[in-house]
Amino acid sequence: MKKVKTGMGRRSFIKNVSLAGGGLLIGFNWLACKRAAEENGEEVAMQMPDEWFELNGYLKIGDNGIITIYSPNPEIGQNVKTAMPMIVAEELDVDWNNVIVEQAPLNLDVFTRQLAGGSQSIRQGWEPLRMAGATAKQMLLSAAAKEWEVPVTELSVDKGIISHKASDRSIGYGEIAKAATKIEVPDEIELKDNSDFKIIGTSRKNVDAKKIVTGKPLYGLDIYEDDMLIAMIVQPPAFGMEFKSMDAAKAKEMPGIKDIFTIDTYPEDMEREWSDVAAFSKLVVVVGESTWQVMQAKKALNVEWDLNPDLTHQMQILEKSPGMEDTGGLENSDMHTALMSDAGPAKSEVVRKDGDPESAFSNAARVIERSYSCPFLAHNCMEPMNFYANVTDEKAELLGPIQTPEFAEKSVNKRLGFELDKIDVQMTRMGGGFGRRLYGNFLVEAAVISQKMKRPIKLVYTREDDMTNGVYRPAYRVSYRAAIDANNNITAFHVNAGGITESPLFANRFPAGAIDNYLAESWTIDSSISTGAFRAPRSNFIAGAEQSFLDELAEEVGKDPIQFRLDMLKRAKNDPVGEENDYDPARYAGVLELVRDKAGWNNGNSTSSKGVAAYYCHNSYVAQILEMDLKDNEPVIDRVTCAVDCGIVVNPDAAKNMVEGGTIDGIGHALYSELSFKDGGVQQNNFDSYRLIRHREAPKKIDVHFVENGIDPTGLGEPPFPPVQGALANALYKATGKRIYKQPFLPEINAESRELKT
Amino acid sequence: MAQFDLNINGKKHSVDVDPETPLLWVLRDNLKLVGTKYGCGIAQCGACTVHFNGSAVRSCQVPISAAQENEITTIEGLSENGDHPVQKAWLEHDVPQCGYCQAGQIMAATALLKNNPSPSDAEIEDVMNGNICRCGTYNRIKAAIKSASQTV
Repeated sequence: MKKVKTGMGRRSFIKNVSLAGGGLLIGFNWLACKRAAEENGEEVAMQMPDEWFELNGYLKIGDNGIITIYSPNPEIGQNVKTAMPMIVAEELDVDWNNVIVEQAPLNLDVFTRQLAGGSQSIRQGWEPLRMAGATAKQMLLSAAAKEWEVPVTELSVDKGIISHKASDRSIGYGEIAKAATKIEVPDEIELKDNSDFKIIGTSRKNVDAKKIVTGKPLYGLDIYEDDMLIAMIVQPPAFGMEFKSMDAAKAKEMPGIKDIFTIDTYPEDMEREWSDVAAFSKLVVVVGESTWQVMQAKKALNVEWDLNPDLTHQMQILEKSPGMEDTGGLENSDMHTALMSDAGPAKSEVVRKDGDPESAFSNAARVIERSYSCPFLAHNCMEPMNFYANVTDEKAELLGPIQTPEFAEKSVNKRLGFELDKIDVQMTRMGGGFGRRLYGNFLVEAAVISQKMKRPIKLVYTREDDMTNGVYRPAYRVSYRAAIDANNNITAFHVNAGGITESPLFANRFPAGAIDNYLAESWTIDSSISTGAFRAPRSNFIAGAEQSFLDELAEEVGKDPIQFRLDMLKRAKNDPVGEENDYDPARYAGVLELVRDKAGWNNGNSTSSKGVAAYYCHNSYVAQILEMDLKDNEPVIDRVTCAVDCGIVVNPDAAKNMVEGGTIDGIGHALYSELSFKDGGVQQNNFDSYRLIRHREAPKKIDVHFVENGIDPTGLGEPPFPPVQGALANALYKATGKRIYKQPFLPEINAESRELKT
Repeated sequence: MAQFDLNINGKKHSVDVDPETPLLWVLRDNLKLVGTKYGCGIAQCGACTVHFNGSAVRSCQVPISAAQENEITTIEGLSENGDHPVQKAWLEHDVPQCGYCQAGQIMAATALLKNNPSPSDAEIEDVMNGNICRCGTYNRIKAAIKSASQTV
């Protein structure tokens, strides 16, 4: 057993509260969750307890043995609302069927890192969650030992029942919970050995599943409070433009319309948090009684927009470069492509250099050089941005979908000047996140609107608003060069990566460490377009590019693509170049070997075109083999085999679901999706013009295999997303005979086939 | 504004709204039947799928004036206790990730199975192609439909 000090989480363990039917303040009772067993489709008659006893901030125990566990982190579909309470329940040693899960509100006095991002919820929650369960268990045991006057070491627990074998006595947690609140919080507790896990590692159904399939209110958009008005926004049609004037007279007269005005979400003098990113800070707001009425008034509004010289200044300078079209600073996709080909790489900075790449390149027998690029992407959460706000003179109540509640609270504190203790942020289940809801501009907008209206409001973005007013995945470009000697050894590797407005480079990831002469360079180009994190930021492009290039190199030197990677990883393990490499070559090789075996890579029976890729990000390793055929110039994907090393898998079937989804998401964005710009505006603002992967295009089969190594859990929401893009590119090469260097792939396949025909 | 008498989930409702208001927004804003979701407003995503006299339709495209005197079923009315075979299959396969699109998926799937109790993979793909799942749960949706097809 592992002993841990409770000191670091001590704030969480303030207890001794007896709560008559209460606990943490959950203002909206539908945020509370049903008992876990009911979500499995079983009908369980549940008697709610008369009294609850809170042993620490993570849980409370009812006098009848029912346990409520608070899930601290925002739920965006990654299923932490099930997995995090499972970890608490494991150490508490209770029957999962007696557990009720509730989404915790933002409460930094109790919880740490209430954030959905970086695939870190389980990894960073692992120890605090276990400690919360183990501490409570220890207190319950101590209370029973005290009551029975026996040593605590003679007691055992099974499913929330404490037993003393010698005297043949037993007592349920519910019966001893009150006495346990009088026990001092232990300074040190023991955590279970992995081999003693009864809940962790077993598949448990999504705790919200029953509500989801019966259409119960769960999401921010489902909030309808008494006296609430609907607010919507009108934003500039293009980046680089701003509000000039409006004629709202006609719209204001329309039925149900209460007011039309402008707001400035982030005034210039406001000190911003990192999460305070907005496409447009100054917006027109329409407030009315119903969604449809407000939508009609938006259309009737007459707003004039102006070029903003400050926003377009950067582009105006770049346009002075030779060959650039003068657009007055409004951006378009052709301009982006040109800038990323020339102006960007021209200002590269060296991030890492090993050995003497210059000499190696000049002495090479041959040099392979390839460039890859991808467009901007919109997050397109199925539930568009929205938030409920009720701001009065006394307090700001905010409820809705937000991945960064802690930072949102700080933003409201700065924007409205409210003290933190007067701001209450609660999270609904979210209809997707993908990084968009890290940036809480819509929450601040809702707060500002409610304050102005002196009414509770729900801010609702239409799909068009959501896609126009985004914080997009940047456009990226990377060029690779490899030096190959006369014996087909890779003697030097050069990566030059950049983007608008960030570089996708990870200089210390594979193949850094595996090649003697290595050069990594980075550049960025500024833009008036708002960009930010998108599922597996930066990795979501560079993994596919790198894995395509490695595939091409393997072929160039006449090696099997998996063996080629394994040989490089062997070098990185046995004799690594440099000391900054941030991956474990053995675990990396492990997923490649596993996927090779599971997919039957070497058994040549399949007539499909196969591609492989592997990548490390968010502390986890994923390798994928994709098998496909081409029918009418569209890929038909027969199977994707995935090997994943994310350490201990808390909830295996749900984890498998996540890998399946990440795989489909990666294929979809690489093949189909693109957000392009003209005159500063997005060219796609709904699903008729922006293509997302659909049912028919999903792989026919996805096999998922987890490495079993007992290592503490690491990320899973993001890691399956990047590498499959490389596996797809490599399989497409096998199917078409052409390498594809540009995302989205589908138009490239079609362009290639047109070329072949003519 | 005008008065409209509606028959939703076997219950009579009366609403006073602009005749052009889509059924979707009457369900959500007026009747608080929020299981029917807004995703795109242009019949591209399927999140707002309901049954209109037994057929799957996109409620964002049905003006309320056209909804009168017709039988409308939403996810809330699909079964008394959430125990329709399709709902049970969704639980069995633990389909949802974020869950937002799933009510629309279930309504599309139940209409499919009503017309075609044992659809082939290709038939499932064709019908379900109109419902986007941004999380990528398509394979589980298909598996759940196949499970349900054994029981309906």
